[in-house]
Amino acid sequence: MTELPLIGDAPGDAAVASRLAGARIGVVTFPGTLDDRDAARAVRLAGGTAVELWHADTELGDVDAVVIPGGFSYGDYLRAGAIARFAPLMSRIIDAANSDAKLPVLGICNGFQILTESHLLPGSMIKNDHLKFMCRDQVLRVENSNTAWTLDYIAGQEITIPLKNQDGQYIADDKTLDALEAEGRVVFRYVGFNPNGSRRDIAGISNAAGNVVGLMPHPEHAVEVGFGPETVVSRETGIAGSDTDGLGFFTSVLNKIVGGAK
Amino acid sequence: MTTETTKKFNIDTVENAAKTPDVELPWAELGLKQNEFDEVVKVLGRRPTGAELAMYSVMWSEHCSYKSSKNHLRQFGQKVTEEMKKDMLVGIGENAGVTNLGDGWAVTFKIESHNSPSFVEPYQGAATGIGGIVRDIISMGARPVAVMDPLRFGAIDHPDTARVMHGAVAGIGGYGNSLGLPNIGGEMVFDSVYQGNPLVNALAVGVMRHEDIRLANASGKGNKVVLFGARTGGDGIGGASVLASESFDDTKPSKRPAVQVGDPFAEKVLIECCLELFKGSLVEGIQDLGAAGISCATSELASNGDGGMQVELTSVLLRDPTLTPGEILMSESQERMMAVVTPENVEAFEAVMDKWAVEYSWLGEVTDTGRLIITWEGEVIVDVDPRTVAHDGPVYDRPYARPEWQDRVQADTFTGSVQDAGRPAAPAELAKAVTELVASPNMCSKDWITNQYDRYVGGNTAMAFPDDAGVVRVDEETGLGVALATDANGRYTYLDPYHGAQLALAEAYRNVATAGAVPMAVSDCLNFGSPEDPDVMWQLAEAIRGLSDACMVLGIPVTGGNVSLYNQTGTTPIHPSPVVAVLGKLDDVARRTPSGWREDGQAIYLLGTTGAELDGSEWANMRGHLGGQPPKVDLEAERALGEILINASRDGMIDSAHDLSEGGLAAALVESSLRYGVGARIALQDVLDRDGVDLFTALFSESQGRAIVGVPRSEEVRFTDMCTARGFAHTRIGVVDAASGTLEINGVESLSLDALREAHEGTLPKYFG
Repeated sequence: MTELPLIGDAPGDAAVASRLAGARIGVVTFPGTLDDRDAARAVRLAGGTAVELWHADTELGDVDAVVIPGGFSYGDYLRAGAIARFAPLMSRIIDAANSDAKLPVLGICNGFQILTESHLLPGSMIKNDHLKFMCRDQVLRVENSNTAWTLDYIAGQEITIPLKNQDGQYIADDKTLDALEAEGRVVFRYVGFNPNGSRRDIAGISNAAGNVVGLMPHPEHAVEVGFGPETVVSRETGIAGSDTDGLGFFTSVLNKIVGGAK
Repeated sequence: MTTETTKKFNIDTVENAAKTPDVELPWAELGLKQNEFDEVVKVLGRRPTGAELAMYSVMWSEHCSYKSSKNHLRQFGQKVTEEMKKDMLVGIGENAGVTNLGDGWAVTFKIESHNSPSFVEPYQGAATGIGGIVRDIISMGARPVAVMDPLRFGAIDHPDTARVMHGAVAGIGGYGNSLGLPNIGGEMVFDSVYQGNPLVNALAVGVMRHEDIRLANASGKGNKVVLFGARTGGDGIGGASVLASESFDDTKPSKRPAVQVGDPFAEKVLIECCLELFKGSLVEGIQDLGAAGISCATSELASNGDGGMQVELTSVLLRDPTLTPGEILMSESQERMMAVVTPENVEAFEAVMDKWAVEYSWLGEVTDTGRLIITWEGEVIVDVDPRTVAHDGPVYDRPYARPEWQDRVQADTFTGSVQDAGRPAAPAELAKAVTELVASPNMCSKDWITNQYDRYVGGNTAMAFPDDAGVVRVDEETGLGVALATDANGRYTYLDPYHGAQLALAEAYRNVATAGAVPMAVSDCLNFGSPEDPDVMWQLAEAIRGLSDACMVLGIPVTGGNVSLYNQTGTTPIHPSPVVAVLGKLDDVARRTPSGWREDGQAIYLLGTTGAELDGSEWANMRGHLGGQPPKVDLEAERALGEILINASRDGMIDSAHDLSEGGLAAALVESSLRYGVGARIALQDVLDRDGVDLFTALFSESQGRAIVGVPRSEEVRFTDMCTARGFAHTRIGVVDAASGTLEINGVESLSLDALREAHEGTLPKYFG
């Protein structure tokens, strides 16, 4: 694939752009995955090369990072993510994430649910406290900017990206929550409005090494002007969001992969 | 051959039918009239078998055959100009019409009803409505890209409304969200006429390259017929249970759900699987299974192709092995498709099925005999000319006449009526009236509904509710996209069906143009009461005549749609509700126009003129009045307004535009302010002087052909020059005031945006939690 990067960290610098494009990010498709094309577009817009991965594949192939996108894998039947977790490819992803190479893995929405079902991340998601599907532009605070997927943000930065789910209420026992907080593994917190009753307003977390990150909101839906949350002042917080606040997830991992291209 | 299966049924073969002409058949229970049954006997030259009776009864039903409306619907095909034909690639008659978008792209869209199931079982009824319309779109070879849902419920405070509303909205969300299709708009109306008969309509739109267009026909002798997707079960078999007399045993489940049960996961997999089939050119013809299931798919595929097909019914994969042949033929189990595949492609077809873990079974093949032959373990149980099933059903010229009450209703105008007493005039009264209007059931914010739908998935949604039209990008390279809006006003159509239907079209057309898109095609869902009531039949005839006439003036064709009759509670029909969807094209979706203003200091213009037109309005409705004449229709003015809005958008002359419709200028001003939380200062004196109306009328009249636009200072001269050159009325009525946090209208007490928002957004949560 020879897609030209549209947005790199150093537009105009052909060498950097070419290095970014050499970074290969796998996007997994399960039966029932919905946001796979969106995640692939986000990778491309950030300058990388998106690689389609199929759940039934038994090898991970040559990828530098993996995105497990949102959707309703296997219809969310039984429990969100519970069946997808047993896909052959998931075993490879779990091994690679836990290996010394620490493959960067991002789970978005259903992907986050699959990561908790896989025990790459602790805790679980249950039905939203208001029991309804909710789609809204959500303000988040980036609590930890040292993970593979948040390097391009500043700790404390507030971003606006879409949230859309039915089972988004993050829960874990107090001991786990305390440990997550103590170790700086709460990566994102809901600001102004907790849309689903998540414990301690947690929107996303990481593993101890910081290479695996999961969150309920959708950064891949905030990567392109005109197709994300509009640049409007949040009704709840008075903070202006941007259409492209989610792009940093993808530039972060690309920059990490190419080794300090900044 | 004797197996467990054959022992269960006393199979009524064609041979047996010929030998036993006098067997009593339950045709009346299956909904056929005496004359229709006689016609079946005449067509076949003998009595039908049980299986044949099942097929004819569902295919000749009102729902499948359009027998009451066909004579009138012909006008959509007849009143067509060259202008209307130029972009039409596939017209009415296929699963959905197809329109040329240019650059090798084509778009297909259709709107359908799922009304009765949604009253009986709102969640599944609404969910399977989405499923069905999406499969229509796939059948054309397109990738579905968005859905919309016009909804009409009973009175907001009636205890049963919450049941239907919660169920229908959750069903649309639960099913649509799981398919990865953004929901980009729709409608929501509350009116007690829909209490026992809500309207749940569903629209889907899909896009494809020209070469990917597929049609529902079975051609090529020897090609294989395959059924794939979900298994066939007992759901959706309404009247077919009377055919249980075929059955020897009485141990089977006796109460089957008449409403189908949806499995969105199966549908999502089916979509991807079909698209892979199309990509590999692995199917010759394809048809979704909806109403009338296998009866419909086999007879339509066969009669649209070479005319013959041979099918072995025991090959159908079943969820419930006790189903009789007649039930299998009538089952409306969801998430099924039928396709015609050449023998060379069989292996490749099976590989795609296996990849997506979709079940399939080969049922038979295409023949050139002109007969549809269905066997049960080799014994012939159906032997018919498929055309007689699919196309030659009865057609009725139902009697119709202008109701005797129509004149009386039209004479009862709002102005001066009892309900008009105490019309607001003082600044405080007007402010209260504006607030009351935007909090009223039909004008309040629909966020409670639309926040339960995924509008982002796909990454191509350029605009969605609450803007005037939903906009989806089709081509990421060029920005080419489509805009869609649906509209209907049951009250207008009740007052005057001919013009009411035209008003629905005019509003949908205006909404699409307001978004900056060029209107191209129409799909309609005609929701009416019983055609056996001459009053209702007149409403239907007038609405179709009005719509078809208006399409000629606006130069856009009807490419498909659906008729839903018998929408009534007891003998009381719903308001005639022709829901009209208009599709438009944007060369670059970046040019779309949102409905709200943002930039401080921009000028706000009112386009069009205002008359004293309060009959049928939201204001009259809030006061409990329905009578008089609906607003006047001026289609030439609509066209002129549309051109101004489209040109202004393309040339960057406007930053916002919002059409004026229900709730008039008052509703539009509030909505444009709340869209981005940016206020405005408005003075309407010039409008009052020019149009000779008072402030209340200027705010609440529902005169058509109007819009408000936000114009950057730098573009004001260019914009007004264009309006002047085109001779279109335009008045500067105010400026955007970003700092104020209020909507100031001269003569109306200051309206704080916070208070307006609370009123506007509080209504649905108050009633529905």
